Amino acid sequence: MTTSSYVYYPGCALQHRSHAYEVSNQAVAKALGIELVELDDWNCCGATEYFSVKRLPAYALVARNLALAAQAGTEELVVPCSACFLNLHKTDSHMRQHPRLEQAVNEALEAGDLHYKPGSVRVRHLVEVIINDIGFERLGQLVRRPLYGLKLAAYYGCLIVRPDNVLDDVEQPMLLDRMIEALGAEAAPFSMKTACCGGHMTQISETTALEMIHRLVTNASVSEADAMVTICPMCQLNLDVYQDAANRMFETSYTMPVLFFTQVIGLALGLSLEALGFGQEFVSVEPLIEKIRDVPPARSKPERRPKQALPMPAMPQ
Amino acid sequence: MNATRPPTFFDRVVAATPDGERLSQCLQCGTCGGSCPSAADMDYTPRELFAMTMAGLEEEVLASNTPWFCVSCYACTVRCPQEIPITDLMYTFKQMAIEAKRFEHRSTADWSESFVGFVEQRGRSFELGLATRYHLFHHPAQVFKMGALGLNMLRHNRLALRPKSIRGIEQLRAILDRAKVLAEKEAWR
Ligand code: SF4
Ligand code: SF4
Repeated sequence: MTTSSYVYYPGCALQHRSHAYEVSNQAVAKALGIELVELDDWNCCGATEYFSVKRLPAYALVARNLALAAQAGTEELVVPCSACFLNLHKTDSHMRQHPRLEQAVNEALEAGDLHYKPGSVRVRHLVEVIINDIGFERLGQLVRRPLYGLKLAAYYGCLIVRPDNVLDDVEQPMLLDRMIEALGAEAAPFSMKTACCGGHMTQISETTALEMIHRLVTNASVSEADAMVTICPMCQLNLDVYQDAANRMFETSYTMPVLFFTQVIGLALGLSLEALGFGQEFVSVEPLIEKIRDVPPARSKPERRPKQALPMPAMPQ
Repeated sequence: MNATRPPTFFDRVVAATPDGERLSQCLQCGTCGGSCPSAADMDYTPRELFAMTMAGLEEEVLASNTPWFCVSCYACTVRCPQEIPITDLMYTFKQMAIEAKRFEHRSTADWSESFVGFVEQRGRSFELGLATRYHLFHHPAQVFKMGALGLNMLRHNRLALRPKSIRGIEQLRAILDRAKVLAEKEAWR
């Protein structure tokens, strides 16, 4: 197998809080014959916080990473976190579109002997790299343990399809659904696939966040999903760690496992739970693993109308 | 445009936002608020906030909780028929409220500012330090609950007890300091 190598920006969340994602990314990359080489001495992307306080320093903070990547001689930077992806991608495209901003950011970078020519590093999300550079066909061929019997909700979240969509569609992306099918599982008809997970609201206004989390888990459950598949550490954290609090607030009892997409790929490739970083999750994945069958189940015809109404956001009275 | 009149609130909002000039094209269609997952908690919908901005209601706009309830999900931005950079405008309102030292939504601003503080100190974010500092200060009554969640995070090996620093922290600080000086001159604050 030929090994292609990518420069990789893991982001702060993968250092500890979502270390499982880092473990599974590296394990799956290896199994797929790609190498993810960490960008040396990268810094935090500022999440949504830096842009809330000061705009130019926020761009400069992000641009240091782009400049380091360019300096390392790469033309692509692969990012597994959707928030980091957005900030890096947005900084590059805003610098390209606004010459005055480009000048100001580079003047700031000069204070650190760095320079970044916008457009010289293509920022890519890991999921897009696996889907486009490996492809469904190759992925299907590498499957050792098809995920027969599982119905999985592909949860894209906001920041990979918006504002600069890098998948197939802004409102109804299907690529992650197709990936799930390529692994032998069934993609659940999950309609809130690009809705927001609540972001930092779990810290600032918990009820706001819990409402969003509850809406998502309810919708996934209505679509009869056995688990949700995420591509972002923030989405996974909110849906998994705060699911219990959402259950308490809404008097529900969901136990919806929330997996990183590389964990799902890894399971189908036959990698062990340990190799995929399982154990950090709050909602147990054991019942899910036990559900995997040896033969593909007969598929029921999709119903035209869900039995229950979709949960809708409440409007102020 | 009359070159001699001082910039209005609207002018300043536009100048501080990449592609902000598109705001003058707002149709007041309401697609933004209808797409917003946080709209129920906002005192004004994004559409209303833009009408107020155009009407020059600076005080009311900067006192509104709307930008602070924005979770930066870009649902409005991709649906806006006029391609108005709504999410970036929300960032501008937050920056302006912080700069004007508004205290209506101080706790949310503090979360952002504390985050920035940790990043400026080390080049990386530090969850435990951030949450502890923030909740001790703003929701002391909730610290017990937070502590329980923290312990649970620890049990699942999801909490770093010590912050990490990057090697190039001096370089990063030099870049950020220069950017802050430039931000005083540039409209892109
Ligand atoms: S969607 Fe765009 S045009 Fe419509 S009200 Fe909102 S900002 Fe204005
Ligand atoms: S980006 Fe902000 S204002 Fe726009 S839909 Fe999302 S939360 Fe609402």
